[in-house]
Amino acid sequence: MGRMRKLLIPGVDKTLLVRDAVKSMPDLTRRRFISGGVSLGALTLLTGCDVTDSFSAEEMLKQVSKFNDGVQALMFNPNAMAPTFPESAITKPFPFNAYYDLDEAPEVDGKTWKLEVRGLVENKKSWTLDELYQLPQVKQVTRHICVEGWSAIGSWTGTPLRDFLKLIGADTRAKYVWFQCADKDGYNSPLDMPSALHAQTQMTFKFGDEILPRAYGFPMKIRVPTKLGFKNPKYVMSMEVTNDYKGGFWEDQGYNSFSGS
Amino acid sequence: MSAVTVSDQHAASAKAKVIQPAWVRALHWTNAFAMVLMIMSGWQIYNASPLFGFTFPRSITLGGWLAGGLLWHFAAMWLLMVNGLIYLVMGFVTGRFRKKLLPITPEGVISDTKAALTGKLSHDDLSRYNYVQKLLYAGIIVVGILIVLSGLALWKPVQLQYLAALFGGYEGARYVHFFCMAAIVAFMVVHVVLALLVPKSLRAMIIGR
Repeated sequence: MGRMRKLLIPGVDKTLLVRDAVKSMPDLTRRRFISGGVSLGALTLLTGCDVTDSFSAEEMLKQVSKFNDGVQALMFNPNAMAPTFPESAITKPFPFNAYYDLDEAPEVDGKTWKLEVRGLVENKKSWTLDELYQLPQVKQVTRHICVEGWSAIGSWTGTPLRDFLKLIGADTRAKYVWFQCADKDGYNSPLDMPSALHAQTQMTFKFGDEILPRAYGFPMKIRVPTKLGFKNPKYVMSMEVTNDYKGGFWEDQGYNSFSGS
Repeated sequence: MSAVTVSDQHAASAKAKVIQPAWVRALHWTNAFAMVLMIMSGWQIYNASPLFGFTFPRSITLGGWLAGGLLWHFAAMWLLMVNGLIYLVMGFVTGRFRKKLLPITPEGVISDTKAALTGKLSHDDLSRYNYVQKLLYAGIIVVGILIVLSGLALWKPVQLQYLAALFGGYEGARYVHFFCMAAIVAFMVVHVVLALLVPKSLRAMIIGR
């Protein structure tokens, strides 16, 4: 018991804890690492918290990530605009980035493609590309920031998503706009409503004043300059206004869901 | 400066005097733990898009892949920030920063550096820092503040765009964040080596005396 009390002196256990953590780090594969990796048993001992044995690092990280979603939603200021840049600042060539190579990128036929609209909207009509091109468009030159860390400045032109949501009579009190895309292994991503209604969030039809090329998401991309790149879906096929969190391609693999910038 | 504090007198009556009070020890080791998590997960994130022509060996990164590294980084940041804030507040409120780290004079730093390099620096009184220690400890606190602020700028380059602008925008903040990490790692190497060379200083940071 006396020895136990000694171990509870702040500091002693933590050094051991760090050493344990460091030891368990190498050579673990990605999923295994988060799941099996570091038991917080030592921390439990240290703090005296009553935590069950199944309390794993993975569960803790998931909970903190959810907490971070909430913090980011609170930090999100709908009136804060992403910085804009002169055209001379545009990154050339603008990088192509996906989980597949460019020659595997979806080839969507613009003549037959229709944007499907579902969920909590008054008008569920599908939209052809020509119809969408008739809507008023604005251009933005903003910084695209990838979750990997790199960034690039691009020029995107299209219709503010909030104008379109108004047009189709979307219930903007709903929690999400959920996008589904044509990427080969599927791609979808939920966008929280406050971000969807941000003035710079755009249904993008042009890149650098040209019709959106295949590399950047033809026929339609959702440009969200207040989000990391992976929250900017390309090759969009449908959108659903919903109160349900339906997950996303990267979000389900452990990337933070809000991922706001 | 060298005045014995009231709490020290009480402690001295019982046993030897306390060199590192309990709050310092608790915050120090919590910080060490959080820092190791932040640095190792930070290396994982760096590897996804290296700023320079090298990557960190997989074996010394945390998280297994980018998403795991990010989860660790954005979890440990709370521990680091909350612990660091308590440390700053306590450092000012208790007068520890003033008593322990000030004044820092160029002459003192130069003479103590010479003494250190020739092995003549005294470690008899661990409750008093020499000028090299004062400079490095004060400096690493500043670096610690900078790495948190540049990290916040990277996390929220739109919401905190004025903060990001201080670092030269998003890309500038990446470099500031990286070099602060490099400074902290360099500090840690020296810090750990010296602590092992003067084991009683390590003991003081563990049991206080």
